Amino acid sequence: MQKITRETLVAKASALLAEGMVDRVLGWKKGEFAYDVTPNVFADAASLEKDFVYGDFCGANFSKYLIAETRKGEGKILVFLKPCDTYSFNQLLTEHRFDREKVYVVGIPCEGMADIGKIKAEVGEGILEVESDANGFTVKTLYKGDVKLTAEQALGERCLVCKSKKHVAYDELIGEDGVVIDSARFDEVEKLEKMSSDERFAFWQNELSRCIRCNACRDVCPACSCEKCVFNNPKSGVENKAVADSFEEKMFHIIRAFHVAGRCTDCGECSRVCPQDIPLHLLNRKFIKDINSFYGEYQAGETVGSRAPLVNYTTEDIEPSEAVERGNQ
Amino acid sequence: MRKCSLTSLDALLKKIAEQNAVYLPVDDGEGRAAYKQWEEGVKMSDALNTVRSPKDFFFPQTENLMEFKTEGKKIEIIDTRSESEDFVIFGVRACDVKSFEVLDNVFLKDPVDTYYASRREHGVIVSMACTRPTETCFCQTFGIDAAEPCGDISAWKTETDLYLEAKTEKGEKLMALLESLTEACDSAAVEAQKKETAEIMKKLPLAGLSTAGFGGDKTDELFDAPEWKTLSQSCLGCGTCTFVCPTCQCYDIKDFNTGKEIIRFRCWDSCMYSEFTKMSAGQPRLSQVERFRQRFMHKLVYYPTNNNGLYSCVGCGRCLAKCPISMNIVKVMKTIGEKAE
Repeated sequence: MQKITRETLVAKASALLAEGMVDRVLGWKKGEFAYDVTPNVFADAASLEKDFVYGDFCGANFSKYLIAETRKGEGKILVFLKPCDTYSFNQLLTEHRFDREKVYVVGIPCEGMADIGKIKAEVGEGILEVESDANGFTVKTLYKGDVKLTAEQALGERCLVCKSKKHVAYDELIGEDGVVIDSARFDEVEKLEKMSSDERFAFWQNELSRCIRCNACRDVCPACSCEKCVFNNPKSGVENKAVADSFEEKMFHIIRAFHVAGRCTDCGECSRVCPQDIPLHLLNRKFIKDINSFYGEYQAGETVGSRAPLVNYTTEDIEPSEAVERGNQ
Repeated sequence: MRKCSLTSLDALLKKIAEQNAVYLPVDDGEGRAAYKQWEEGVKMSDALNTVRSPKDFFFPQTENLMEFKTEGKKIEIIDTRSESEDFVIFGVRACDVKSFEVLDNVFLKDPVDTYYASRREHGVIVSMACTRPTETCFCQTFGIDAAEPCGDISAWKTETDLYLEAKTEKGEKLMALLESLTEACDSAAVEAQKKETAEIMKKLPLAGLSTAGFGGDKTDELFDAPEWKTLSQSCLGCGTCTFVCPTCQCYDIKDFNTGKEIIRFRCWDSCMYSEFTKMSAGQPRLSQVERFRQRFMHKLVYYPTNNNGLYSCVGCGRCLAKCPISMNIVKVMKTIGEKAE
């Protein structure tokens, strides 16, 4: 699926290392299988040549790693960002979370990333290789031979409703920049809105009851960048690793959704990493949709320094009573 | 060995359920399996494994240990323990069965964890042989035979039949209950299946993974390996690997305090967390490198040190499938073990 090749990126990174423009490279390292790539910092051309990969499973959003990486010395780090990653990048800059001067961004085009969970659900056990071209995916399996999948069957949900192929931040771009897409990303939220409150409660109870409180959603989230999360702080009184009852899980996820409301760029990492496939992004999308309808269209991370509607009072703001009324409809 | 037709599996489960609660892996219709209690109409999943491991049955994620009530200067201590009722877990894979042995070594050694012991004593395990292991499987690295699972009763499923063989006294007792629903048989079909599965195991991508370089005597050699830093550099510090792991057994004990009453509970904890084993002097492992190293050193070095060389990984592959950044014990073993060899 990806039009851009590994070789192009390795050549670009090696050249920037050789020029001294950057002293390390944040990229994807190949794994044991077709899909288990790991974010990795490469320090030289030889390691890039050996282990760097780029392909359909490079979905990880690198923006948040820059908080830690930019604290590791004075040199610049090269980071490859896909269009959706650049929104998180800008949002983190808006929140003053890292030093822009220590980062060199190479924007790379993205044709959508595959979701191994979806692929497994389609083809079953024993995935040996996954290949793709313009026509779709071919999965080599141990038990069913080669299985062909369409892009729709293999791509992650967040990519099927991609909001933008446009890079909103970069120092250099590989390939041509795309455009903001009028996507169908709120369709699922609308379905939930149309449910009765009992149905909606049942939907979320079913989804959230699977939560194991591993906190992966929080730890991967670029909007969750507190140095010490309240849920990790024994002094907070709410530090909690227990899943005492289903009420508690709801509280955790809803509190988190409120906390990132207006700052969430809808990158979808929360749902990608959830070991229980809970569609957490739908909570965030509901907030985005409401903010859009109450305060006018707003995309977090579109520009650096923009003030999110929830922290930016204007006299045109919707009256809280009206918001409540609309929420009750 | 005894068998019954798969068409009478429901009758068999019903028979057990008349006496005890039966739990078995059930599909949720969206590609995941989870242990659920059997009731009329519940179908056993053919999924290779459940997302959560069956350690929940013996070591639940959260449990209340005791309660305190205060009235004036009097403190009443309430023992909330109750003896577990008998229950049956049906369809446990070989790797997960082995994980119970790993947990037993921790909880049943002196001082015995009575909460765990009560459940363990009352639980009967019916295992289920694997026929379709997947790319993330590496139980054979730890000497586990996916086609020959242990348990109180070992079970095999062919296209048409279910084969059962009692392995313990508890198993014999349950088999006696099922006598009218099963018939004595030879093991030809089971032997054929074992052979077939053994051939598949050889073809798995992780078939050659070895524990060479690890073991009880490797602390000094491996502790300061520079590779820990690079291996852990993108670790998010979430607890996914530890919570889906069938052998991770760390917990925290905390008080839920209402001012007049306290519920003392324990819950799973994770060595990946910054507040893990926080003491008056803070947490002994200050960085993610140290926390990451702890998890793998525990499984591959410290645990074997204290348990006659037994590793505390069973190769179920859950962490391989679920880690958000796809860093896992296999990558650690391949990076550090190969170097140590």
